[in-house]
Amino acid sequence: MNTETDSALRLQSPLGRVRGMGSARAGTHHWWMQRVTSIGLLPLTLWFALSAVSLAGASYAEALAWIGSPFNAVLLIATLLLSFHHTNAGLQVVIEDYVHVPGARIAALLAVKAVCGLLAIASVLAVLRIAV
Amino acid sequence: MSLTHDAREAAFHGRRTDGSKVRRPLSPHLQVYKPQWTSGLSILNRIAGIGWTAGLLLLVWWLVAAAAGAAAFEKAQWFLGSFIGLLMLFGLTLAAWFHTLAGIRHLVWDAGFGFALPRAYASGMVVVIGTGVLTVLTWVIALVIW
Repeated sequence: MNTETDSALRLQSPLGRVRGMGSARAGTHHWWMQRVTSIGLLPLTLWFALSAVSLAGASYAEALAWIGSPFNAVLLIATLLLSFHHTNAGLQVVIEDYVHVPGARIAALLAVKAVCGLLAIASVLAVLRIAV
Repeated sequence: MSLTHDAREAAFHGRRTDGSKVRRPLSPHLQVYKPQWTSGLSILNRIAGIGWTAGLLLLVWWLVAAAAGAAAFEKAQWFLGSFIGLLMLFGLTLAAWFHTLAGIRHLVWDAGFGFALPRAYASGMVVVIGTGVLTVLTWVIALVIW
């Protein structure tokens, strides 16, 4: 690609191109955070899957002891926060791809953000009530 | 022509060589593309991600029930151990392993590797076979412990 003739044909200013933030003014942040959270979730999910399997048929006291141990509580909260961030990012892209009516799109995006945020807070509070 | 709600549609008008107008479809135009392994797995990855959202709801319920008390916890445990609960957990295991392996495949692509078509088909096969093996393995371990 010839950048000189290319920039002459562009409506975008050279400064805008250098900043690389695009029309949404966030650049690659959304895409990048989706990758960062997915890398973080890889070991956390493996740990959680193994733990969940070992908790099959556990009693209430055993479950409370597992959630309440400081090591598990910290990793659980990390898993929950990253999961809800990643879920919100993923559902946002799905909505942006398939919901084309502007009002419905904004409503769906805000609803997903609200539900993800509230469920994240509720689940973290639950872990803290047991652990603290 | 119907009323358009989407500004992007303005960019999807073209002309044929004889000059007549053609209205091109918006992505992902499933009705145009021939089904392929690669596109099929891509769509399945998105469905698996949405499935995992449902699993996350189960996790929130389980944690909140544990914090609420023994009665609420028993109710959650009973549901997860019921036929529908186990069916949901099995579906969730399948979706989770698929989304995890397909996610690793995406991270490898993001790093710039594996784009050649034979490689893309081969890694897709690894994801599908790996999902089956790991799902069965997870449930064998769970049932042994249970």
